[in-house]
Amino acid sequence: MEITLAILIGLLYAVGAYMILRRSILKFIIGIIFLSNATNLLVFISSGIVAGKPVFVKGARIDGPLADPLPQALVLTAIVIGLGIVVFSLALKYKFFSETGTDDLDQLKKTDE
Amino acid sequence: MLVILVLFVVIAFGLTVIRGRISIYKVFLPVILQLSAFVYFFIKIKHIGKYDKINEIYRWIPQLGLNLEFTLDGLSLVFALLVTGIGVLVFIYAHSYMRHYGRSGYFYFYLTIFSAAMLGLVLSANMIQLFIFWELTSLLSFLLISFFHEKEEARKAALQSLYITGFGGLCLLAGFLIIGGITGSYSLENWLLHADAVKSDKLYLPALLLILVGAFTKSAQFPFHFWLPGAMQAPTPVSSYLHSATMVKAGIFLLARLTPVLGDTPEWTFIIPLIGVLTMLTGSYFAITQTDLKAILAYTTISALGILVLMLGIGTTLAVKAAMVFLFVHAFYKASLFMLAGFIDKKTGTRDISKLGGLIHHMPFTFVFALLALFSMAGLPPMLGFLSKELIYEAKVHSPGIASMVLILGISTNVLLVATSLFFISKVFLGKKSNYPKHPDEKGLLWLAGPALLTLLSLFLGIWPEALGELLQPALNSVGFGAEMVKLKLWHGFNRVFFLSAFTVSLGVFLWWLTAFRAGFIIKWRQLNKKIFTWNFSDAFAGGIASLVKFSKISTSRIQHGYHRFYLLSTILFVSLLLWFQIYITRGVETDISFSARPFYILGLCVVVFLSALFATLTNSRIVAIIAMGVVGYGISLIYMYYSAIDLAITQILVETFTIVMFVIILQRLPNFARLSSKHAKIRDMLIALLFGGGMMMLAIKSISVDFRQPVSGFFTENSYIKAHGENVVNVILVDFRALDTLGEVTVLAIAALGVYALIHKKSKKE
Repeated sequence: MEITLAILIGLLYAVGAYMILRRSILKFIIGIIFLSNATNLLVFISSGIVAGKPVFVKGARIDGPLADPLPQALVLTAIVIGLGIVVFSLALKYKFFSETGTDDLDQLKKTDE
Repeated sequence: MLVILVLFVVIAFGLTVIRGRISIYKVFLPVILQLSAFVYFFIKIKHIGKYDKINEIYRWIPQLGLNLEFTLDGLSLVFALLVTGIGVLVFIYAHSYMRHYGRSGYFYFYLTIFSAAMLGLVLSANMIQLFIFWELTSLLSFLLISFFHEKEEARKAALQSLYITGFGGLCLLAGFLIIGGITGSYSLENWLLHADAVKSDKLYLPALLLILVGAFTKSAQFPFHFWLPGAMQAPTPVSSYLHSATMVKAGIFLLARLTPVLGDTPEWTFIIPLIGVLTMLTGSYFAITQTDLKAILAYTTISALGILVLMLGIGTTLAVKAAMVFLFVHAFYKASLFMLAGFIDKKTGTRDISKLGGLIHHMPFTFVFALLALFSMAGLPPMLGFLSKELIYEAKVHSPGIASMVLILGISTNVLLVATSLFFISKVFLGKKSNYPKHPDEKGLLWLAGPALLTLLSLFLGIWPEALGELLQPALNSVGFGAEMVKLKLWHGFNRVFFLSAFTVSLGVFLWWLTAFRAGFIIKWRQLNKKIFTWNFSDAFAGGIASLVKFSKISTSRIQHGYHRFYLLSTILFVSLLLWFQIYITRGVETDISFSARPFYILGLCVVVFLSALFATLTNSRIVAIIAMGVVGYGISLIYMYYSAIDLAITQILVETFTIVMFVIILQRLPNFARLSSKHAKIRDMLIALLFGGGMMMLAIKSISVDFRQPVSGFFTENSYIKAHGENVVNVILVDFRALDTLGEVTVLAIAALGVYALIHKKSKKE
């Protein structure tokens, strides 16, 4: 099954990379979302995946192989931070459009007007 | 010695603040200073002759070998006397010269600081310290050449000299560092002790070459000679002081200083004489065809520096002795000639030799002093120049190995120098009077004080050279040739050297006759030179610098083009290539690529997620793109859920919902997707994206086969319930084990929220 997920990750990366190369800022932001989703998945599967064994414990004894909690904790953090980035860049994008009236990243060449 | 240097610096700064009526006389401050320094060093001659040297050490960080170390031995004494002695005369001369220019305060400031730096250089006994003074002199030379910075040529020449001497300085430092590495310290004392170790080290040759580049750039040796004629843009006192008598001799000083450390090896006695010979020929060949008085002097200076380098390179006792005498000779006559040229320039309004003539009637004293100085340059008796030329010939005759070649080339150089000297006299002072821009006179005694003193000294020492011997003996001692007694006399009798001299002079006179009396000879010669030497070093260098600047401009505008997506493009491309390279070199590692379609609903889910992602890319509707994006997000949360990550699934759903809501809110205020990219660009981006995505896929596949679960995660699972009293391990990690990280994350979100608030609510400037 992991091979399917790996292919999915690769495809998400490709789509994300393609999107951030577009000139439209909105597409750029969507690209960032795809890239962060792909990265989250990559970290998630990197320590091996276990179906249907969430890491709930009672006591020190562990019955059978459980899922690995560490990547999950990392990815959880990453998802939330990703949300921060997306929302902030959306706000930036909004401000940029209301100031300049354009959606084109190529217009962002100069630092001062 | 440190006291003297500090005094120089204090007085230099004092000079810049003197204002008002007395400021005309401010030059006497540095004159008195130079004079007292000169007297101090003069008194020390006896002492040094008896006790060899005086050392002064100021400890700073002795553990690191960082000390201020000064030494006054024979060699530094010779140079210190030249620097301060000629300094006195140059300052007196500058008083007359600079009177009509503004900013004379800065001029004296630079010149005084230069004297201090030069003194520091010759007195240094620590090589790093010597290097600092060395660079200081380069810097001040730059400032002084560009003193008339309104002139473009002056700025250009100043930059050129700075580039070249600066480059040399860096090479020098590298060379010093290598030798410092071999000997373990930067103290001259230590280097002298470990001379044999240095010479036998395998890094000896690189170190020698680097140090030679430093010395050769400073002393205008071929092929770095071309900055010196350019430096003639400086005010004449500067040319006379820095670019003939003192600074350009720093390279000579360094060679002499390091002769006991590096000298007397096959490399030394091959490279140095070779460069010296080339320089002396180049200089003397081009001198006579120049039209500018100062340019003539500049090229003869190059020639003289070449002779000095050659003598030090030959490195026999005789040769070093000849070099030491010639050092004085050259400083005397060249400083006076520069001062006289500046005088003539100021009085007649021109320095062009073809416009000058018959000045003997207007300026008889100038003529006398110029005649004496030029006789010294030509090496005619009874000047000191004659004596030193005899010594040089003798050294060449007795030089080991390549004597015959050196001798012939040396004779040609001297023939040219004789002709140049006679040409100078006959063109400037004799012949019929020319019409000058100004009416020349000889008013102003101070103008002639320097040349008078120096040429008369040259005459006096020519007749009674024994006086010089007392000074030269300790100098030879410190270069390592003290065993032989220095005996100087004017008349050596009718020997081989004398006949060589006579031969030289007669050839020189013949050449002079050709140039001065055969109409058109010199003009044809100049034309011939122009034809043969279709390019010169100076222009080639300037061209090189210009194309470097151009190249850097082009490459900067290529790399820093300002298009955001091309920055990303190159980053992604480069990362992909690295990725594939990494995948290629780890191709041996076994990876599990077994495929199973179970459970089928997860496979289906993957397909759905993939198709939505693709759809989001291809659609032109914003709302469709956002919905497709949402499908991807929810799909991924289902994948998390299936693979035992409940918390992730919940978070993902919340975040995805929030994102979609945000998008939809903002979307109302934004325009539709514009079709901005060309088809060509889209295909290019797609290929790059596939390259990147493929790389990441391979990375994912490989990462599955690596197991790094055990070392860390076991701890969390085991202790979650017992120590933190929580059943959900992921939650416990976030709020307990790594609680501070979570606090940081919350802070990041709070800052992002503040940023969003500020962005939305800040009033636009335009409104």
